[in-house]
Amino acid sequence: MSNITLTIDGQTIEVPKGITILEAAKKINVKIPTLCHHEDLCVAGNCRVCVVEVKGKHRLEASCAVPAEQGMEILTNSAKVRIARQDIVSLLVSEHNTQCTTCYRNTNCELQDLAAEYNVDGNRFLSVLKPNIKIDKSSWSIEKDDSKCIRCQRCVRTCAELQHVNALTASHKGHEMKISTFMDLPFNEVVCTNCGQCVNRCPTGALTERRYFDQVWEAIGDPTKHVVMNTAPSVRVALGEMLGYEVGTRVTGKMVTAMRKLGVDSVLDTDFSADLTIIEEGNELLTRLKKVLVDGDKSVKLPMITSCSPGWVKFIEHMFPNHLGHLSTCKSPQQMFGALTKTYYAEQKGIDPKDIVSVAIMPCAAKKYEANRPEMNASGYRDIDAGLTTREFGLMIKQAGLDFKNLPDSDFDSIMGQSTGAGVIFGATGGVMEAALRTAYAVVTGRSVPFENLNITAVRGTEGVRSASIKVEGCLPEWKFLEGAVLNVAVAHGLKNARVIMDEIAAGKSTYHFIEVMGCPGGCIGGGGQPIPTNAEIRAKRTKAIYEEDMSKPIRMSHENPEITKIYEEFLGKPLGHKSHELLHTHYQKRHRH
Amino acid sequence: MAEIAEIINDKIKHFGRERVALLPILQGIVKEKNFVNNQDMVQIAEALDISAADVFGTASFYSFIDHVERGKYVIRVCKSITCEMKGKHKVLQALEDELRIKLGETTHDKKFSLLQSNCLGLCDQGPAMLINEEAYTHLNPVKVHEIINHFRNLSK
Amino acid sequence: MSTKQVNRADIIFSPYSVAPYEILRLSMQKTKPEVIEEITESGLRGRGGAGFLTGLKWKFFANTDGDEKYIICNADEGEPGTFKDRKLLVEVPRKVISGMAIAAYACNATKGVIYLRAEYNNLIPALKKELDIFDEHAKKFGLKFKIEIFSGAGAYVCGEETALIESMEGQRGEPRNKPPFPIQNGYLGKPTLVNNVETFATASMVCRYGASTYKTYGTSDQRGSKLFSISGDSPKEGVFELELGMKISDFVEEFGDGDTKAVQVGGVAGFCIPRKQFETAIVGEGNTTGGATMIFNSTRSMYNVLHNYLDFFAEESCGQCTPCRVGTQQLLKGIEAVKSGTKPVEYLDDLIKLSKTMQITSKCGLGQSVTNSFTSIVQNFKEEMIY
Repeated sequence: MSNITLTIDGQTIEVPKGITILEAAKKINVKIPTLCHHEDLCVAGNCRVCVVEVKGKHRLEASCAVPAEQGMEILTNSAKVRIARQDIVSLLVSEHNTQCTTCYRNTNCELQDLAAEYNVDGNRFLSVLKPNIKIDKSSWSIEKDDSKCIRCQRCVRTCAELQHVNALTASHKGHEMKISTFMDLPFNEVVCTNCGQCVNRCPTGALTERRYFDQVWEAIGDPTKHVVMNTAPSVRVALGEMLGYEVGTRVTGKMVTAMRKLGVDSVLDTDFSADLTIIEEGNELLTRLKKVLVDGDKSVKLPMITSCSPGWVKFIEHMFPNHLGHLSTCKSPQQMFGALTKTYYAEQKGIDPKDIVSVAIMPCAAKKYEANRPEMNASGYRDIDAGLTTREFGLMIKQAGLDFKNLPDSDFDSIMGQSTGAGVIFGATGGVMEAALRTAYAVVTGRSVPFENLNITAVRGTEGVRSASIKVEGCLPEWKFLEGAVLNVAVAHGLKNARVIMDEIAAGKSTYHFIEVMGCPGGCIGGGGQPIPTNAEIRAKRTKAIYEEDMSKPIRMSHENPEITKIYEEFLGKPLGHKSHELLHTHYQKRHRH
Repeated sequence: MAEIAEIINDKIKHFGRERVALLPILQGIVKEKNFVNNQDMVQIAEALDISAADVFGTASFYSFIDHVERGKYVIRVCKSITCEMKGKHKVLQALEDELRIKLGETTHDKKFSLLQSNCLGLCDQGPAMLINEEAYTHLNPVKVHEIINHFRNLSK
Repeated sequence: MSTKQVNRADIIFSPYSVAPYEILRLSMQKTKPEVIEEITESGLRGRGGAGFLTGLKWKFFANTDGDEKYIICNADEGEPGTFKDRKLLVEVPRKVISGMAIAAYACNATKGVIYLRAEYNNLIPALKKELDIFDEHAKKFGLKFKIEIFSGAGAYVCGEETALIESMEGQRGEPRNKPPFPIQNGYLGKPTLVNNVETFATASMVCRYGASTYKTYGTSDQRGSKLFSISGDSPKEGVFELELGMKISDFVEEFGDGDTKAVQVGGVAGFCIPRKQFETAIVGEGNTTGGATMIFNSTRSMYNVLHNYLDFFAEESCGQCTPCRVGTQQLLKGIEAVKSGTKPVEYLDDLIKLSKTMQITSKCGLGQSVTNSFTSIVQNFKEEMIY
């Protein structure tokens, strides 16, 4: 690619041809404000706050949308530009609900930042905020408040480009233009998967997760309740961002201490049930393989696809309702954890399950919805009583006034607090696959996977769909039917890529045996409940932290987790056994597509 | 009334199973029954393999694609400045009186809907209106009475 | 600057003096560059409103490679006060179609579309018949060019060429970022030439009479003749073909009712010229205009006029870009507030400044042009805005 030369604010630079003025400016650290622009999404060019002056042109140009050209002379901070930007921000404020003090995104809002930077006078223009806007709280996971919407359409693009769900659209035109679901139906009645990626990319408080931390505080304050908290693997590598740490900092030990300080009765780890998932899911895969390869059972579907990601599960229910047989019947680690909390844990601790409040701290918006799926009550109670996001959890720590950075490290409680590196890597795309392979290979051959340090790098990375083939050799006698078989596996993250995988399956062209799908780009580290903002660089740093956490663990294969061995001995019996079936497995339902 | 599926298939035959068929399909349905409802949009979305929200987003952009129920005869009175100057208000009042409905409403018998429209391109012949696709010009209250009567008789 | 009297021209609506599509046949005997040169030489500018040089646009289009190239006739005439394209399509559709076909020949395009606004759906049957006749002739002349009609669905902004293309693709009619321009990347990503109905009709007449003859009309600033849609307080409402370069005073003399206080030139996106400027202003000065001229006499409230315009803009903005979506609402609410006394008179100055910001920051011509009528009405009829 050839280079071009241009000047920005008097500084001459050479940049590759084809990049935008905004990207060129970034290269020399000239900051141009943006709102509708997001690195993960295509160019919209509709908010117009990024306008710059191009010498020789009367009109300003949207720097996010206009390519840098040879010889351009650009001013990013002329009087003309400043006045225009101030006008535009003022206009946005004039159609905005400016009750910032009561907004969940207060102090983390891009419009608020710009309004402050440009010292916008709130009385400059008349308010054109539409009256009587109702907040849509119909969904368990996501709240939509149109009074905070600046119509940048980041959410629409996220839902379309990254997730291929298209639950959101711009509707109407002119002063009536807004962001809508199909026919403006409530969120819980449309195709929304609750992934929360729109929430992560909303610059304001128009789209937020539904909050449940007040209920958790209430339970903590209630002496008759025994509050059990479990935290997902990816929370520990992102929570720090809420509390003053650099992106990619692992804060596991401090996080555990913080939970105790909040007054939680038992601080446990979802990584434990991630390990458990591997045992159940691994056995399910091997059973399916046997049924198909040896018994020729046509009713059993391959490839088998993971079911830990509730956004993905809802996606397949809506989009591919005739292919639900491919989903593993395993519940997600969160739901396994919940079911066991109110049975095994209660039994072991001698606590009446009705007095237990199980709280899951998740990187996810869809987990809230998953916890409230009607069938998630195998224990006889709601398996999970409250699902909080990393963001809500960070807020609770702030509310408690904890000096997080100076907290000592501590370890999870027992039981159900011990985990392996395999459980940890559930947090990144490819992690479930890698964890499953580590265990399955060991179970079948009695040896470790043939990769250095157990790191199966072929399934790691950021490609949307990745695949690998592993030849199974030297099987133990009971697995002889797999001798010499080549196991084809694939990993997909982001629902756009899940659709690619599913289209293949629907067309009967899939050659895979086992597929991991995560609903969010990057997997859980990029989940819809993680700290805002998100972008490729942030996701890469969190991923790196996940693999560091894995390497720091003394045990790195799920089946070697002593608490897992113990739970089968004391409670579950055997994988896929009667109790497992009752508590740890689930079923799915067909849903409509709008 | 032609089946919605028939209209969809007909347009797909011409435009292909592509997004470009969307507006023609919506227009085809509107031509048939003057508005597009939820089920129609879901059906279109399935046929074109696009999301129902996208169908709604597109439909709601265009003022000639109604997604709320309309009567058999949709009246669109031009509200541009020249029609306004020539007495649009009187025409609108006459229509409201004649039909006993307010602007934006549909008569109980579902025969007439009364709407306004931006410029109809009949500025030299204002006040003007469309009834479905036909244009009526140089309107006054007397003429409005005659026209509405004509349509009442038509649908008897 | 030279000016012209109000001279009726009789080029565009002249009766068909030759056999159907004879102009096309004759044009096809010239080389393609010759045809484009003829159009360029005539100085013809786009008659939709933006006024880009037609010959230059055709040349760019001819130079763009593509196995499938589209020519779109923009018949989405939605500008309040404009109705010339309707008349062209009703009375001389062959001149329009000939213009498209000549462009197709000169620029190697094989697909044609007439994007017809929904309000004109009742013209479709007659147009289809005309297209059948054209097909026969095209076949006879060996021109591979098929024209279809695409019906709009009621959105003023679709007159903007990229919004029009989005609409044809089944999307919301939201204007695109430019570059790329449709000439390179238009309908379905193919090279696409979009011209107004009158532009095509005029182009065919340039080919009929030759650029040298056409150039004798008009002034050095504005070549040729063009159609004017005249409405409002005029005893002679209708479409007139006039030589370009008229002074407003002469125009008012000819078409006004003797009590004209203002003339809106170029539709609501154009300028409102007050009586005191009639002597100095030239019709279409600064922009070649779509030719909409609305005449207001002294009984009209210019506040009502502006309010009507702003209501239109606030409704017809596509809504995607901030300055246009919110700006139009602010201008509308703003003049209401000044009128009712809830905002001081000085607020009008703030609004004018806002309209200037809209002009330099809006994504497309809709938001960019609101300032024209807004500023000219507010500045020239300030008392009417207040009392």
